[in-house]
Amino acid sequence: MDWNFIYRNLPLFGKAALLTVKIGMAGIILAILLGLICAVIRHLRIPVLREITSFYIEVSRNTPLLVQLFFLYYGLPKIGVPTDAGICGMAGIAFLGGSYMSETFRSGLESIESVQTESALSLGMNRFEAMCYVVLPQAVSVSVPAFMANIIFLLKETSVFSAISLMDLMFTAKDLIGLYYKTTESLFMLVVFYLLILLPISLLGSLLERRMRYAGFGD
Amino acid sequence: MDHVTKRFGNHTVLDDISLTVHRGEVIVVIGPSGCGKSTLLRCINALEKIQGGEIKLGNEKIEYGSKRLPSLRQKIGMVFQNYELFPHLTVLGNIQLAPVKVQKRNLAEVQAEAIGWLDRVGLEGRENSYPRELSGGQKQRVAIVRALCMHPEILLFDEVTAALDPEMVREVLDVMLALAAQGRTMLIVTHEMRFARAAADRILFLDGGKIMEDSDPETFFTHPQTERARRFLSTFQFDNIKKL
Repeated sequence: MDWNFIYRNLPLFGKAALLTVKIGMAGIILAILLGLICAVIRHLRIPVLREITSFYIEVSRNTPLLVQLFFLYYGLPKIGVPTDAGICGMAGIAFLGGSYMSETFRSGLESIESVQTESALSLGMNRFEAMCYVVLPQAVSVSVPAFMANIIFLLKETSVFSAISLMDLMFTAKDLIGLYYKTTESLFMLVVFYLLILLPISLLGSLLERRMRYAGFGD
Repeated sequence: MDHVTKRFGNHTVLDDISLTVHRGEVIVVIGPSGCGKSTLLRCINALEKIQGGEIKLGNEKIEYGSKRLPSLRQKIGMVFQNYELFPHLTVLGNIQLAPVKVQKRNLAEVQAEAIGWLDRVGLEGRENSYPRELSGGQKQRVAIVRALCMHPEILLFDEVTAALDPEMVREVLDVMLALAAQGRTMLIVTHEMRFARAAADRILFLDGGKIMEDSDPETFFTHPQTERARRFLSTFQFDNIKKL
């Protein structure tokens, strides 16, 4: 193992990790919003919108992220929409993640008994208020474990960003292997950096899970 | 309620029911399981859609799916069998949610009222507990306070002691007796016969989706008019049980 090589290329990996986290997180935040909206639409069975979301969810879940990224990156310019690799990456993660997040939130929503909604309605809330104040907070905290798993899954998926020439961790590792044939060192760094990003999120997840459980469930 | 009919598919649960509840009246609804008691209450605040007749609160019609429904429901307090407190909120959070968010009342004023009520029902100092930290009887008392803090014109109680241990039944019934004594308008579905006798101004006996009897408690318990009511009441007697 050439430790000197590793040391020299640390800043390069650092930069790449930052890019992975930045684009990944931005995409994930969008995915959460998208997922929340889709889940509520499907749960409340809002006509028309419900069919559209179902269609979106099936398309997004049943195509690989790589294909979605190619479609965005090479397809959009063909119809005159200028694309930037960063925005494409973010949009790709949001598009893929939206469906996973939606199904996660929806299973949370379904787990809340309908009499909780009735209880809220009988206090004079309308359907929207009952959803916001009573059902959604409980549903979100039920879905925390699956939700954290989604975040980790999506961050790992960012490893295909290199295909649309984003200088992420994967791209940097492949680049260094190509230039210097330092395969072992580069792959070692790749693993270490992914762990550095994902382990804290895992830990945060279990912490959040415990806190949410404390907040009033499990009787 | 005027000629109210409720059907689930082909099964008629409420069959042409007419009923007037006067202000300050405590009406206890009893009857065998599946006779439509709970459905009756659920129709009154439009948790169930009715297929015929109409239900009015004062002069206003209560209609399933209407825009006015949320504001009408604020005047109808409902307490459920399994409490249905919101598990993610504290006791105080449960009580103040609707008055503050829906009725837009002042937070401090609502909290003061809530704490006053909690003291009166024997739950002083529990305002920051979560529902899971309370016993069934305590939860049900919180649910009653939650309904009261909306300042309802009528309170509906749907078998509120059915899920409780015998000792806890009493603490909840005591609260309800006190409310009855204050002259609140209440419609109570229960299987607690002694309580019914003590609290009610009127007893309704329901069977097969019809009101079979509508009388004062003394008459009902001592001289039931129908054979069906006599048989129903006799199931609560254990004096003449044969030894095996």
